Amino acid sequence: MAGPFTSVYTFYRNGFKAMTVGRTLWKIIVIKLIIMFAVLKLFFFPNYLKTNFQTDEQRADHVLEQLSRPAVPNH
Amino acid sequence: MVDVDLSLVNWSRAQFAMTAMYHWIFVPLTLGLSFLCAMFESIYVRTGNEKWKAITRFWMTLFGINFAIGVATGIILEFEFGTNWSNYSWMVGDIFGAPLAVEGIFAFFLEATFFAVMFFGWDRVSKGFHLFSTWMVAIGSNLSALWILVANAWMQYPVGMAFNPETARFEMENFWAVLFSPVAISKFTHATSSGFVLASLFVVAISSWYLLKGRHVEMAKKSIIVASVFGLLGSVYVAFTGDEAAFENAQHQPMKLAAYEGLYKGENNAGLVALGMINSAKKPGDSQHPFLFEVKVPGLLSLLANRESGSFVPGIDDLVYGNKEQKIMGVAEKMKIGQKAVADLAAFKQARKEKNDVVAAEALTRFTANKEYLGYGYLSTPEEAVPPVSTAFYSFHIMVVLGTFFPVLFIAFLFFTLKGSIRQQRWLLPLGVLSFFLGHVAGQMGWAVAEVGRQPWAIQGLMPVKVATTNLAVGHVQATFFMFLGVFTLLLIAEIKIMTKQISIGPEGV
Repeated sequence: MAGPFTSVYTFYRNGFKAMTVGRTLWKIIVIKLIIMFAVLKLFFFPNYLKTNFQTDEQRADHVLEQLSRPAVPNH
Repeated sequence: MVDVDLSLVNWSRAQFAMTAMYHWIFVPLTLGLSFLCAMFESIYVRTGNEKWKAITRFWMTLFGINFAIGVATGIILEFEFGTNWSNYSWMVGDIFGAPLAVEGIFAFFLEATFFAVMFFGWDRVSKGFHLFSTWMVAIGSNLSALWILVANAWMQYPVGMAFNPETARFEMENFWAVLFSPVAISKFTHATSSGFVLASLFVVAISSWYLLKGRHVEMAKKSIIVASVFGLLGSVYVAFTGDEAAFENAQHQPMKLAAYEGLYKGENNAGLVALGMINSAKKPGDSQHPFLFEVKVPGLLSLLANRESGSFVPGIDDLVYGNKEQKIMGVAEKMKIGQKAVADLAAFKQARKEKNDVVAAEALTRFTANKEYLGYGYLSTPEEAVPPVSTAFYSFHIMVVLGTFFPVLFIAFLFFTLKGSIRQQRWLLPLGVLSFFLGHVAGQMGWAVAEVGRQPWAIQGLMPVKVATTNLAVGHVQATFFMFLGVFTLLLIAEIKIMTKQISIGPEGV
């Protein structure tokens, strides 16, 4: 008699094997995640504060600097 | 960062808006269709009729397609927070980072278990457990929208947190005040129930198409009955939660309410604009009429805004220039207090740097006294506090008109389907097909009201969008904007193609 882990494994394996539309959908999901994390996140969306400052203190100091600038009046 | 290039702010806004709008194409359908699948399956389990099983499996497949294409599109918003909105992200990251991460992990395990049972478990687990899994997916999917909507509500009505000038971060003071703020409750209930309506329209639209083609007639009729009942109940609920949202706007964001009603001069017994065309030349404080034409329901705005007939509803001019009689402080006065808060924050920062604790403590005391109006200190003119009135007005009124139309449509579909003459209603069926797109329009307009209407604020009264943004090169934001536009368009084409193919195959192909 199969153990619980084997049953779960078999359940998922058979499920994936029996997929029809799901195969295409999984391909889209994988391609999408690769584009998002390996391209967009890596090259275009670095975390600005983590990339440009080493410590939390420096990050806080930078944000406070931004918050401490007065408004430029429009004339 | 108030001397930031405004085109940068606008491109960052546009990019975030586009990503959020794209994300919202999929989310409401997931929220609503998950419940409809659970209802179809409940009928199957109760009746034992295999036709209901086929119906359930068909809609579940379409649910799966929508889910797969839409999944993780929200993560792009998080990328944008870190890159384009780093100041905002830093300030609230401690508060919302953890719940959103927990929510993500919860959603992952929910999906990995109950989703798997829902899609792989037919004939492999008991009927009861399968039904339980489907309901869990529905409940879990809706709950996974909770924290992002709570975070959005907090931006509109910041309660339960305090700003720490040492760390430049908001810190939680009262978790329950954040979670159960009236704005958060109305935001969550209104957004999720609008998803119920959209999903019902989706089912009605596809079923109408089948009826027009004379295919899968029985399935279409059965689906219409369930979807129309669910959609009708959802529409009524949306109306109630929408009314609550407008009431909260009146209490906490009166400028937003004034903008989406095109109300410049506040009045007692204010009327609700049922229909109107905005005079785009109208500016705050001038004497021009705000409308080229308008049809008003007398007194209704006062009743809806304050739950009190005849009460005073402030207009844009009252809020910008103040109204002593109504004890409304103008933006110019708030700006002066806000400017003091900004100066005291700068003094505090400098004193801390110089390790002068006495001066720092004095600056902090002054800052604390004025911090309620901090955001106004960054505005350049009082008129900057006014959101784009035309966009807010038309978005709101298109949403309301469509929101009034949908329950009528559901009643018509329910009536003719129960009467047995739905196939003869050749005027109604094309309208049913079109209704799904109208549902999307209503949903997107709803978000436009919420987000355009709260401009210029990222955090209401505390942080304008121009301070929240990161000072990046405009070209960088423009490049990623068009990159997203391309990726999103491709994904949308993929979804439409897969979805239409599956619809064309029909329930036999499931």
